[in-house]
Amino acid sequence: MKTMRRILISFSLTSLLSLAVFAQSDGSQQNKTGRAGTFAIVGARVVTVSGAVIENGTVVIQNGKITAVGAGASVPSGAERIDGKGLSVYPGMIDSSTSMGLSEIGQGANATVDIAEIAGNNSNAKAITAVNPHSSHINVTRVNGITTVMSAPIGGLITGQGTVINLNGSTQADMAVESTVALVINFPRVAGGGGFGGGFGGFGGGPQVDFNELVRRRDTAVEELKKTFAAALNHAKAVEAYAKDKSLPMVPTNLAYEAMIPYVRGEKPIVFTAERERDIKAVAKFVADMKIKGIVVGGQEAWKATDELKRNNIPVIFTNIYSLPVRDDDPYDSLFDVPSKLQAAGVKFAISTGDVGAEARDLPYHAGLAGSHGLSPEEALKSVTLYPAQILGVSDRLGSIEVGKMANVVVSDGDILDPRTNIKHVFINGRLIPLTSRHTELFDSFKDRK
Amino acid sequence: MRRVLTLFTFLLLTVAAFVPVSAQARGEVLIKNATVLTAARGTLEGTDILIRGGKIVRIGKGLTAGSGAVTFDATGKFVTPGIIDAHSHTMLSAINEGSLAVTSMTDVKEMLDPTDITIYRALAGGVTSALLLHGSANPIGGQSATVKFKWGRPAADYLIPDAPLGIKFALGENVKRSSQTQTQPGQTFRYPRTRMGTMEVIRDAFRRARDYKQEWDDFRAKKTKVPPRVDEELQPLVEILEGKRIVHCHGYRSDEHLNILRMAEEFGFRVGTLQHGLEAYKIAPEIAKHGAGVSIFTDSWSYKLEAYDNTPYNAYILWKNGVTVSINSDSDERMRRLNLDAAKTMKFGGVPEEDALKMITLNPAKQLGIDKRTGSIEQGKDGDIVIWNMHPFSPYSHPEITMIEGEVFFDRSRDKLNRAVLAKEREELEKLDVNKAPGSGGTPPARPAERRIKERDEADRGEIGGDN
Repeated sequence: MKTMRRILISFSLTSLLSLAVFAQSDGSQQNKTGRAGTFAIVGARVVTVSGAVIENGTVVIQNGKITAVGAGASVPSGAERIDGKGLSVYPGMIDSSTSMGLSEIGQGANATVDIAEIAGNNSNAKAITAVNPHSSHINVTRVNGITTVMSAPIGGLITGQGTVINLNGSTQADMAVESTVALVINFPRVAGGGGFGGGFGGFGGGPQVDFNELVRRRDTAVEELKKTFAAALNHAKAVEAYAKDKSLPMVPTNLAYEAMIPYVRGEKPIVFTAERERDIKAVAKFVADMKIKGIVVGGQEAWKATDELKRNNIPVIFTNIYSLPVRDDDPYDSLFDVPSKLQAAGVKFAISTGDVGAEARDLPYHAGLAGSHGLSPEEALKSVTLYPAQILGVSDRLGSIEVGKMANVVVSDGDILDPRTNIKHVFINGRLIPLTSRHTELFDSFKDRK
Repeated sequence: MRRVLTLFTFLLLTVAAFVPVSAQARGEVLIKNATVLTAARGTLEGTDILIRGGKIVRIGKGLTAGSGAVTFDATGKFVTPGIIDAHSHTMLSAINEGSLAVTSMTDVKEMLDPTDITIYRALAGGVTSALLLHGSANPIGGQSATVKFKWGRPAADYLIPDAPLGIKFALGENVKRSSQTQTQPGQTFRYPRTRMGTMEVIRDAFRRARDYKQEWDDFRAKKTKVPPRVDEELQPLVEILEGKRIVHCHGYRSDEHLNILRMAEEFGFRVGTLQHGLEAYKIAPEIAKHGAGVSIFTDSWSYKLEAYDNTPYNAYILWKNGVTVSINSDSDERMRRLNLDAAKTMKFGGVPEEDALKMITLNPAKQLGIDKRTGSIEQGKDGDIVIWNMHPFSPYSHPEITMIEGEVFFDRSRDKLNRAVLAKEREELEKLDVNKAPGSGGTPPARPAERRIKERDEADRGEIGGDN
């Protein structure tokens, strides 16, 4: 109880501090990195996600890691005890497709936007070098139980490399879980240009074009992409050959090709944005042809391409819970129920907001809506914890409450997917995070104004 | 052109198929054994609701109805009033007349498209009524429409006959930005371009309206002999001055909201709602004193500069100050999940459950001036009711039945039954020569009209090049 009070005191101190900081009013000083220590959450309902729920369990956090989980786990001496009575412990949620930290105010404040480069091949553009660790979106997101995101750029055919970051840290390096986790490609679509997670051509803008002509254009664009992949592979071979034999011609520097090498060799995954059935099937074929690791992000019609996805081990990051059905005559719930269809078909999937950043804190409600349309609540929870960790290749560290994993842990007073639930404690990488944000600071500043 | 027609026919068929019980008589409807969230008098367990002739006639236990009554067993289910969205552009074929700074002569009631599929999707989210607003391109925009989503009916049936008149005003970035789009050769930028000019446009309009009213008053008092020329621009403003038309004023920053309240007081009327009001919490006491309602997004923020100072505690602070708060969508998409938006207010600050529910039912009804007939489950009110599979604030909830005046306009189980029929129909239509893709041997189709859903969805957020 005494330690509880200490925590409370430390909370109020930090919120006082943050008030002082808010006077600067630029949002840049609000990122408070919390407090390291040894913590034991005792007597809570532990939702491990990877295993069974433990009623009346204990979770110990030490040196940034989860060091004990269980009904009978012993509390190390000197640990700060957190009474878990009536509370639930969850792994921090993971939003696997955002542009967190790359765009503070999307419209009318271009100086705060670093989301899209202008080249066609931006392979060497790395999100981790542009994420603003002090974006106000970060605190707002983490106090709702989301502790980790994939943040990626969106511009051009090859947009650049996404990063997996914890939503805590004073520097980009502090935040990085995987600095460069995946290459992102706006896969060429039938009917029009690229685009991150949406937009359909066909009717509407531009002169009317023969459908078969559109398919032909897409095929041409895919062939071009294949040539770019081949060029990157050739570049790698030439560089390696030159390293062995300096009598060969020196290879001109090409940062974009250099950046592509681990991805075109299938060592690291490539995220393809694709929504329609024909485009997702084209991605699957591309993945098979190029012998690479693929992930589909978007995935409105992924349920129509489950065979192709499974055959090529392509998981889907579904970003369309907050989207309207594509066609007027689609069933009203036709996007709400995509996750349940993917699950039934055995396709690996995660649910993501697909949001730039400010609304990523709604992640639990995206999963909840899938839960109201066919997906079980357990699967809904997995789709924002363990599954995204697996898809992004970080499940050895994140996604569940297991001994040895990074201590990204959330303590709540109810179902974490319920909008009424209050988040009581958030740990990121073992640090106890103050539950303040730009939003609480504005609240504190004005709540008692008469 | 033929393809357009075919598509149109198809749409009509779709509409017909989606209407589950269109001919359901306005006889008796009995909902049995529900947990009723009344949004007025607390929660009633194991309660029945009897609707007759479209009105709630009895609420209680063990109610019976005559033979021929439609009965719903709501055991284990939750019942709420139909949700009311106090800021929508759904079913509008056009939203913004941006050419002038004052477009009070325009009226969105002339733009209603009753075949807009988003109406049905809103019903599936439990929404029964909405305030359909002109866009935010001008300080004084067009006249609004207050509707019930009577899907499958002609546009005229949507209008709530006794709803007070309304009009859209707008302040801030959208109004200014309209002036900044590229001009055509020979054109000039539209005044105003600043928040200063915006207030002066409104002041000028009300001064002219006051003069115009004076001319008519004088004529009616026989002080003058020649009747004044009818002015379609000023007539709606006179109605505001006379308290016959509600002002719904779009704005984000607290200073500009305060300015419009002060100007309204100067001209002797009360602002009905401040729309969006992302910073309304900063001036909650002043808003309460003026008596305006506020209709907000529960927590959208940061998408533009004037949205950066929003906080999800907005609803709570306004509520604590006694302001009538509603939570709106301004979006065909968001409209479908207003129940979850209302639930969030319980978390951010701790609005009590019933007051949270009121923010999407009774409070918007008050703001629209239709609370005598809808917005809560009370005897004498319209039978606008949603039956949910579980508590509507649960993330796993969804409406099973949405009814307006006792008539079912959405029925989830029936919707699911219709799907196979619709899919088959679509398949057959796709095989028709005129519907084949160009280049595949079919007749080349004409191009249907442009879709504008995205534009509309973001109307008032200004995310699209032209202002909305």
